[in-house]
Amino acid sequence: MLALYQIDVRSRLMLGTARYPSPAVLADAVRASRAEVVTVSLRRESAGERAGQAFWSLIRELGVRVLPNTAGCHAVKEAVTTAHMAREVFGTTWIKLEVIGEEDTLQPDVFGLVDAARVLCAEGFEVFPYTTEDLVVAERLLAAGCKVLMPWGAPIGSGRGLNNLFGLTALRAHFPDVPLIIDAGLGVPSHAARALELGFDAVLINTAVAQARDPVQMAAAFAQAVEAGLAARQAGPIEPRDLAAPSTPLIGTAFRG
Amino acid sequence: MKILVNGVWRETQRAELAGALEELGYGGSVVSTAVNGEFIASALRARTALADGDRIEVLAPMQGG
Repeated sequence: MLALYQIDVRSRLMLGTARYPSPAVLADAVRASRAEVVTVSLRRESAGERAGQAFWSLIRELGVRVLPNTAGCHAVKEAVTTAHMAREVFGTTWIKLEVIGEEDTLQPDVFGLVDAARVLCAEGFEVFPYTTEDLVVAERLLAAGCKVLMPWGAPIGSGRGLNNLFGLTALRAHFPDVPLIIDAGLGVPSHAARALELGFDAVLINTAVAQARDPVQMAAAFAQAVEAGLAARQAGPIEPRDLAAPSTPLIGTAFRG
Repeated sequence: MKILVNGVWRETQRAELAGALEELGYGGSVVSTAVNGEFIASALRARTALADGDRIEVLAPMQGG
């Protein structure tokens, strides 16, 4: 079990709900992923279309816990106000805090992120900050009151996997007791398995599933990958070596001596 | 008066936020609101007075990553 702000979750896969071909495919993908937590957002609602109302009904029917985000926010004030609005609509103090600092990479504005986290934690929010692998920023976020961190694997939607393996490994080693969820940039299930093998607690996937040719099958593939990665981590992987080490015992080898 | 609702200028006869939302067709919807960038909880909408030119955000659940 993974405890996120005193909530136990079994699945190490969290799923985003955006960019699916249809609501029906989204629902099937969530079921296939076995995810217990899905991310959601807030957008302007048209009184005529009421698209948000239909989406919210769909999510409630799935019976999953929601993690609202502040996607699209570029300023502390915007992110804080969006968090207040999300808390009211979704009825949760969980917030995936995003403060975007750069358009091409959607890299977090880590300065604004820390400021917003400080405000929201003080107000009783349970903040999941979308951050980089930077150790100092991580320290600041924890000091602000965050109990979970969501470092990026690679830029959102890029599918590049664990871009800075050294930095992420250092982050994991530096904060052995903090739940770390790789958010963003994973492209294929092997990336997710790798993250779990390295000791990360969970992964959040959206584009890699939603934009796959068959999102439902890909969701199931990611579910298997995180289970394999976690099992491998628990089983204790061997250390890599530079030179060969024979796996077959040499004692009693024929034609020697 | 004229108010800016989700980036579009709209006319309302109502002087407070709750009434304006009803008039604009949001009655019964699960939405969250802000006026001039400040969050307004649903319990406060009935006593939140509007002024000409106010900027209203009406947000609802949406897909997100």
